[in-house]
Amino acid sequence: MSASFVLEETTAESAGSLTVIRARRPGRWAAGAVVAVLLAMAANALVTNPAWDWPVVAAYLFHPSVLHAVLFTMELTALGIVLGFLLGTVLALMRLSHVPLLASVAWGYVWLFRSVPLILQLLFWYNLAALYKQISFGVPFGPAFFSVGSMDLIGPVTAAALGLALHQAAYAAEIVRGGFLSVDPGQLEAAAALGIPRARQIVRIQLPQAMRSIVPAAGNEIIGLVKGTSVVYIMALPELFYQVQVIYNRNGRVIAMLLVAAIWYLVLTTVLSVGQYYVERRFGRGLARALPPTPVWRVRRVLAVRRAARRRRSAGGGDEER
Amino acid sequence: MSGPMVDVRGVYKSYGSLDVLRGVDLRVEAGEVTVVIGPSGSGKSTLLRSINHLEKIDRGYVTIDGEFVGYRRSGDRLYELKERDILRQRTHIGFVFQNFHLFPHLTVRQNVTEAPLSAQGRPRDQVEALATELLEQVGLSGKAGAYPRQLSGGQQQRVAIARALALRPKVVLFDEPTSALDPELVGEVLEVMKALARGGTTMIVVTHEIGFAREVADTVAFMDAGRIVEQGPPPQVLDRPRHDRTRAFLSKVL
Repeated sequence: MSASFVLEETTAESAGSLTVIRARRPGRWAAGAVVAVLLAMAANALVTNPAWDWPVVAAYLFHPSVLHAVLFTMELTALGIVLGFLLGTVLALMRLSHVPLLASVAWGYVWLFRSVPLILQLLFWYNLAALYKQISFGVPFGPAFFSVGSMDLIGPVTAAALGLALHQAAYAAEIVRGGFLSVDPGQLEAAAALGIPRARQIVRIQLPQAMRSIVPAAGNEIIGLVKGTSVVYIMALPELFYQVQVIYNRNGRVIAMLLVAAIWYLVLTTVLSVGQYYVERRFGRGLARALPPTPVWRVRRVLAVRRAARRRRSAGGGDEER
Repeated sequence: MSGPMVDVRGVYKSYGSLDVLRGVDLRVEAGEVTVVIGPSGSGKSTLLRSINHLEKIDRGYVTIDGEFVGYRRSGDRLYELKERDILRQRTHIGFVFQNFHLFPHLTVRQNVTEAPLSAQGRPRDQVEALATELLEQVGLSGKAGAYPRQLSGGQQQRVAIARALALRPKVVLFDEPTSALDPELVGEVLEVMKALARGGTTMIVVTHEIGFAREVADTVAFMDAGRIVEQGPPPQVLDRPRHDRTRAFLSKVL
C-alpha cells in the first residue's frame, strides 16, 4: 500500500528535481586510511634512516661506470630476447610441423635447455674452449673449409649472449607454440580454402592472432631476462649487478650501491612495461569491438569531466556538492 | 570444355570405422545452382569439403572444369599434388563457412583483398576496385573499414561471400551459410545468394532452407547416410519425392 503511495509521489515530481544521495561506505575510507598510514611509515623509514646512504646513491646513480653497465645489461637483454625468440619461433614451428623428427628434436631442445640451470649453461659456454679447442666450418663429417679457435670465436661476451639466448629460446618456443595453438583452427581452414600460400598464412593470418597471447607472456620473459642478466656476473662481465659489486667492494657502501642497481632495474622494467601495453594494443585491433583508451587519454577525459563539473558549479552557484 | 563444371565420381571417405561418404556422384553444370539437403550427419558438409580438398577422399575423384582436384592425371594414374598446387587450385573454388571464419584482425576490405593479392598476385589497384564493387554488391559499402567483430552475423557472412567471390572462382561452395545466424538475419544472406544465382554463378549449397532450394535451385540433391538418395528439379524432389527417406525428412523440416 505504501509502495503505491511512494510511486505516485515520485511520478508527480519532475525527474530533475530529485537529488541522488550516494551511499556512504565507511569501510572503504577506513581501509584507505590504514594503507595511507602504512605508506607514510614506509616512506619515512626510507628517507629518514641515514643507513640508506641516499647522498651516495645520488652520487653513483649516473656515474659513467654505472651507465656503461646499464647499457651492457640492455645489450645482453636485447640480444637474449631477439635471438631467443627467433630461435624459439623456429623451434615452435618445428614442434608444430608434421615431420616427426623435427617435432621431436624441438621437444628435446626445450627439454634440455629448460632442465639445466641457466648459471650452469653459462659456465659451459664460458668453458667451451676446454671442450672444443677448434670450431670448423665445412662439409658435415667431411673436409673443413676453415677453422677458428673457440676462444677467438666465442669470447666471454658472446658466451654470455649465446647462453642467455639459447636458454631463452626454450621458453620462447613454448610461448610461441602456445600462441599458435590459441588461434581458432577455422582461421587456418579459411586461409587454406582461399588458397593463401603457406608462409603467408603463418605471417599474415596466424602470427598476428597468436601475438595476442604471446605478448603478455613474452613481456614477462623480457622483464625476467633484464634481471636474469645479473647471473652473468659469474663470468666477470661488467653488467649492472657485477659493476655495483665492484664499486662497493672498493668503497664499502653496499646498501647504497645495491639501491643504485635496484633503481636502474626498476627504470628498465618500467619502460618495458609501458612498451608492452602499447604493443598489446596494437595486436588487440579488431579483437574487441573498441580499443580500450590509453592511460594518457583516460587522464585527459577525467580532467575534462572535472573542468566541466567546475564550470557547471560556478555557473549554477548551487550547493549540490557539500 | 563441354563437360560439367563440377564432377564428383564415386567418392568414398571414412574416418576410422565411420563411413561418411559411400559412393557419391554429383554433376553440376556451369551456371547452375545445386542445393544439397539431408539430415545431420548424412555427409553433406564432408562432400562439400571434399570438393575443394579440405578433406582428402579415400576413393573416387572430383574434377572442376575438367581439372582433377588434389591430383594430376598422367595416363591412367593420379599423382597427388603438392600443397602449393592444391592451394592454387583452391583459388578457383570459393568456400563460404557456416561460422564465417573471417580474419578478425583484418578490416572488412583487407579480408576481401587478402587472397587475390597473396594467392593470385593480382595488381593491387585492380583488387581494391574489385573489393569496392563486391562490398557494394553485398550491401556493405559503408563497412569497408570496420573489423568483423563490429558487424552483425548476417553482415559478417555477406563479407565472407564477398571474400569468396574476390577470387573470381569457377564455383562457390556454401556450407550451411545461414545456420549460425539469428532468424531475422537469414533473409539478408539468402538475398545476396539469390542475386548471385541470378547472375549465373555456379553454386553448390548445403542448407536447411527448403524455401531457398525451391526458389533458386536448378537441382536439389537429397543425401542420407553418405549417399545421394535422389536428385532432380526442386518440384520433383521436394513435392513428389520417390524415396521414403526423402519423404520422411521433408515431412520433418517442412
